[in-house]
Amino acid sequence: MSLLVVDNLALSIGDTPILRNVDVGVDEGEVLGLIGESGSGKTMTALSIMQLLPQAARATGSVRLGGNELMGLEEGRLCAIRGNDIGMVFQEPMTALNPVKTIGDQVAETVLVHAGASRREARDIARETLNRVGLPAAEFPLDRFPHELSGGQRQRVVVAMAIALRPRLLIADEPTTALDVTTQAQILELLRKLVDEDGVGLMLITHDLAVVAGIAHRIAIMRDGEVVETGDTTALFGTMHHPYTKALFAASAHVPHRHRRPAPGPGQTPVVAVEGVVREYPLPRRTPLAPRRSFRAVDGVSFVVHRGENVGLVGESGCGKSTLSRAILALDPMQAGSIVLDGEPLTGRGGASQAARRKMQVVFQDPYGSFNPRHKVERLVAEPFHLLAEPPAGAARRRQVEQALEDVGLRASDADKFIHEFSGGQRQRVAIARALIIRPALIILDEAVSALDVSIRAQILDLLADLSNRLHVSYLFIAHDLSVVRAITDRVLVMKAGRIVEEGTTEEVFKNPQHPYTRELIAAAPNLERAMAARQAEGRR
Amino acid sequence: MIVEETPAVEPRAELGRAALRTRSLVAGAILTLVFIAAALISFVYTPYDVTVLAIPNRLMPPSPAHWFGTDHFGRDILSMIMVGARTSIAVAFIAVGIGIGLGVPLGLTAAANRRSLLDEAIMRGNDLIFAFPALLIAILITAVFGPGAVNAIVAIGIFNIPVFARVTRGAALSLWTREFVLSARVAGKGRVRISLEHILPNLTNLLIVQGTIQFSLGILAEAALSYVGLGAQPPTPSWGRMLADAQTMIGLAPHMALIPGMAIVVMVLGLNLMGDGLRDVFDPRIRRSRS
Repeated sequence: MSLLVVDNLALSIGDTPILRNVDVGVDEGEVLGLIGESGSGKTMTALSIMQLLPQAARATGSVRLGGNELMGLEEGRLCAIRGNDIGMVFQEPMTALNPVKTIGDQVAETVLVHAGASRREARDIARETLNRVGLPAAEFPLDRFPHELSGGQRQRVVVAMAIALRPRLLIADEPTTALDVTTQAQILELLRKLVDEDGVGLMLITHDLAVVAGIAHRIAIMRDGEVVETGDTTALFGTMHHPYTKALFAASAHVPHRHRRPAPGPGQTPVVAVEGVVREYPLPRRTPLAPRRSFRAVDGVSFVVHRGENVGLVGESGCGKSTLSRAILALDPMQAGSIVLDGEPLTGRGGASQAARRKMQVVFQDPYGSFNPRHKVERLVAEPFHLLAEPPAGAARRRQVEQALEDVGLRASDADKFIHEFSGGQRQRVAIARALIIRPALIILDEAVSALDVSIRAQILDLLADLSNRLHVSYLFIAHDLSVVRAITDRVLVMKAGRIVEEGTTEEVFKNPQHPYTRELIAAAPNLERAMAARQAEGRR
Repeated sequence: MIVEETPAVEPRAELGRAALRTRSLVAGAILTLVFIAAALISFVYTPYDVTVLAIPNRLMPPSPAHWFGTDHFGRDILSMIMVGARTSIAVAFIAVGIGIGLGVPLGLTAAANRRSLLDEAIMRGNDLIFAFPALLIAILITAVFGPGAVNAIVAIGIFNIPVFARVTRGAALSLWTREFVLSARVAGKGRVRISLEHILPNLTNLLIVQGTIQFSLGILAEAALSYVGLGAQPPTPSWGRMLADAQTMIGLAPHMALIPGMAIVVMVLGLNLMGDGLRDVFDPRIRRSRS
């Protein structure tokens, strides 16, 4: 008999239906991948199973764990089941832990609450659980605080809290989305090990097909609150009955069409030439009289981007890629080196010359934080006009804004809307329109597609490729996602600890990585094709 | 074809609905409006003239003729409360105005020049003002310029400056790291321009909430100052001095102390409820934020 059976689950909040006819099941020792884009109802499904629904939510249907119905169970009984029989891992390791309690106490707490163990026993269990998730006693004593750990280590603690009581079912909601690729690979490996050793059922919720392809035995694909397709991983990827599954699959492996460009002539001015840039942050003094130390976030970086060329800058969080982009954008002063934009030197000491600023624009990651919510789109998109000596006014300005909006696939009439009337993907189009409006030579795309769903990401990548074909604008594409960089760039720079460790054409670097760090990055990145190939070779299930 | 996620609802309409759902906001707003209405009506009509003494009617308990009774000079307490509301509200309102007018620009300047000497100078200056109780400043001003409503306004207003400067700086600092501000910097806009165009409009919710709370504190401060004789001078009625006058008669005519006391309590309660309610409406952690 199945461990978890969700039968005909429906959920509505107020008058809005959220879930319809959701049927999923997890067996012992099985990994179910629950895949869907944002708003598809995958997290709500998990919360329904835990019976942790928001106020005003009404659920119908049946959720059975090991044969026992959870739906409509009184709160006291549910509390005993949560944690005891069902463990949950959330997405954000930074907020899932209480910052003022030690990791030992936090893991022991779940044990104390549920098992009725003594404090000493609870600490013993906590220690043993932390050992199991790869945090050995020698390096990670119980009295460590969350801020002393890295993101991946924190996520291990979160996993430890979820499995401390050896639950039969583990629900992991986007457990690796906030992590770097190498850390992600480690956490996935840990989850797989727990499933194999303990025979727990794992429900892995994610938007990333590549993540589940390697680990899930079965997959359920959700859209608009419904499970559109479910089945064995290999079989499902092999057949893909439902058009949405096909679309999702195509979108995640999407490569936009781009023209190959002739190599730049020797006499051409590069769009940006970065020479020996150093950026240091002062650290707090250890004692009041100690000399001030500093942290070198960018350490002597040099590179050029030629006209019409797309360059990718990849590296894990904290490698200094965003700091470098802020230096190029003249948002932060640099301590040494020079940056020349299309022949215009970016003068130091915090302020850039307006002439250099005119050559570049930026698109940020968060489509929600990139706009002043109180301005209309026309004013938002027109903001870079401030850089021009004679900014267009009145009808001319309006015309240019409309042109820019149409360039990015929006309607001219969208200029009169407020930003909250747009979806995430549309907002990112508005951000690109704003970057394009003064026709800069360089656009820095700082994780510009990382926050988007795969299908929307594919559309934005197409748009970017189209714009670079038509307008001959160069991109500096900063990303941690290697597949995206591979799809859209001509050349790629790999950054680690403030230095560029490898540089070369995208194809070469991906086919034949030289630096060990690049190899590690490429190996750790979830890869749909590779995962499927491995699965077929294994031929299990 | 995959459809993009649906756009969000219009938040302004939603804000209005959230405001009506918040019971404390509605209750607080009603209480506050009653006092503001009383103060406004007092300009054209009061049941009795508050400057005319009628000694034979003194210390009368509440009755149909005098709803709230009369004081030791035979003046109608309801009329005095109405006129007193005028003083209280005017003093508190102008004092909040001074606080916003000076504190917000100071806070914006400090945030725009973060960690600079100017930032330090502004914030340490604020600390200095914070270190003096409002009452002490009032006594200081009174000692130099003599007592009066204007001096009470100045004293309470000075006390409000650092409050607004701090609130503004704190919120502005986090806005300065937001991506839309970075975009504005990439567009070459200067600090002053960004502060006015991007920072200030996004602080209005916060300032409205803080303003409401400072308003209620202003009412209390005005009452305290006039209680010790540093506020509005006779014959202008004020709630604080009505309390002070009632002090010696408390056994004889308790209503003389109770009624102005209740007026202060209810007005402050109304404003605090309104402030809490507004915070609930605006705070994205309580309401659903974006999307």
